[in-house]
Amino acid sequence: MTWDTEFAISIIPQLLQGLVVTVQAVVIGYAVALVLGLFVAVLRMVRGVGPVVFAVFEFIRTTPILVQLLFVFALAPPSITPLTIGVSVLGVHYAAYTAEVYRSGIEGVAKGQWEACRALSLPPVRTWGAVVLPQAIRKVVPALGNYLISMFKDTPYLFAITVPEMMFVAKAIGTESFRSMEAYTLAGLFFLAVSVPSAVIIRRLERRYAAV
Amino acid sequence: MDFFLNRFPAYLDGALTTLMLTLLGSLLAFILAMVIGILGTLRNPLARGIATVYTEAFRGVAALILLFWFAYAVPQITPYQLSPIFAGVLALGLNVGAYGAEVVRAAINAVPRAQTEATIALNMSWARRMWLVLLPQAWAQMLPTFGNLIIELMKASAIVSLINVADLTDVAGTLRQSTGETIPAFVSALIMYFVIAQVLILGMRMLERQANRRLGRAPTGGGLLSLLRPPTPGTRVGAAK
Repeated sequence: MTWDTEFAISIIPQLLQGLVVTVQAVVIGYAVALVLGLFVAVLRMVRGVGPVVFAVFEFIRTTPILVQLLFVFALAPPSITPLTIGVSVLGVHYAAYTAEVYRSGIEGVAKGQWEACRALSLPPVRTWGAVVLPQAIRKVVPALGNYLISMFKDTPYLFAITVPEMMFVAKAIGTESFRSMEAYTLAGLFFLAVSVPSAVIIRRLERRYAAV
Repeated sequence: MDFFLNRFPAYLDGALTTLMLTLLGSLLAFILAMVIGILGTLRNPLARGIATVYTEAFRGVAALILLFWFAYAVPQITPYQLSPIFAGVLALGLNVGAYGAEVVRAAINAVPRAQTEATIALNMSWARRMWLVLLPQAWAQMLPTFGNLIIELMKASAIVSLINVADLTDVAGTLRQSTGETIPAFVSALIMYFVIAQVLILGMRMLERQANRRLGRAPTGGGLLSLLRPPTPGTRVGAAK
């Protein structure tokens, strides 16, 4: 068998539908990772709770996301949709990475800022909310951007838990028609078409931030 | 616990397959990273073009798509049927090699310019400059990131279970189906992955300490062991994606 262009063109709409699901999953999962990661980073600094939180997220970070997906999928009741499971697992897994980024930002805040807060006897909520986090987050925005692309490249794993994203569509086409070459090659190209431009944009943002 | 102990041989087999994939994949990735990374530091536009195309293409596509491409698409238009393990090593190695190439390129470029100028003044050949001056200095800078990449590769190797390679993930899935005990089956596998990762982190830290000592630089930390020490800013092995 050889490459069949007509067939390749005929499957583009199906694959694009899968791509839409992929992008949906990334956007929601990333939002979860951004918010949860911040909580984890702050909790890690709390005496007593910190080491436990660290150990839990170290575990999540150093074990494969695919296994975590399969595990939660096997446990979850059937009423929860695969997409919900996928987005939650992606979000929690990536929170472990974003927490590291926030942590580096928090550690980068000058010591004098903390001392000033103590001197003014600001309550902890205002110390974090008004002084430390605004400075910390601004510094790590570019690093957080990288995880968006990274997460995008992990979404094909969702196919293992039957989320109808692009990989799932490609596999279905391959099995139905016995034409895997066209389906997987196009899926790869669509992937590039999204990830290369976003990498360029993020690199540009990084450079702009670095210049400030 | 009993579940795990009773089925330890099965998990061990799976873990060995995972380790073998990690080792072969890392080896391929390392070779590619070195070759493509060095190409990326050259003046020659063709060499740099090759490096750019390779890194952009293989960083941009997910390892899973590469894996399925090698396993299912290649046999469609060529007479070759790649063994699932070989397809896995290729997909993981090509993907991670692209990240590694960027690390190598950046580390070599980060060596102070005066070092290169000194080698030119000494009339050193390009090969001697690379081997004796640039690479040893870049090495210490590459190691922490290489450590992260190897752990990423180890974790990503779980995808081969989707093309029926009996790795750790596949063993967990099979035992889950045959026993119906979801939690012990998966938790056992996750713990083994965690242990493998911690061992890898420990090994990389030893390499790093060695490289830093040779250059007279301060060591860097990472892994679960860093719990024992107060947190310090800087690179942590296993920290980044």
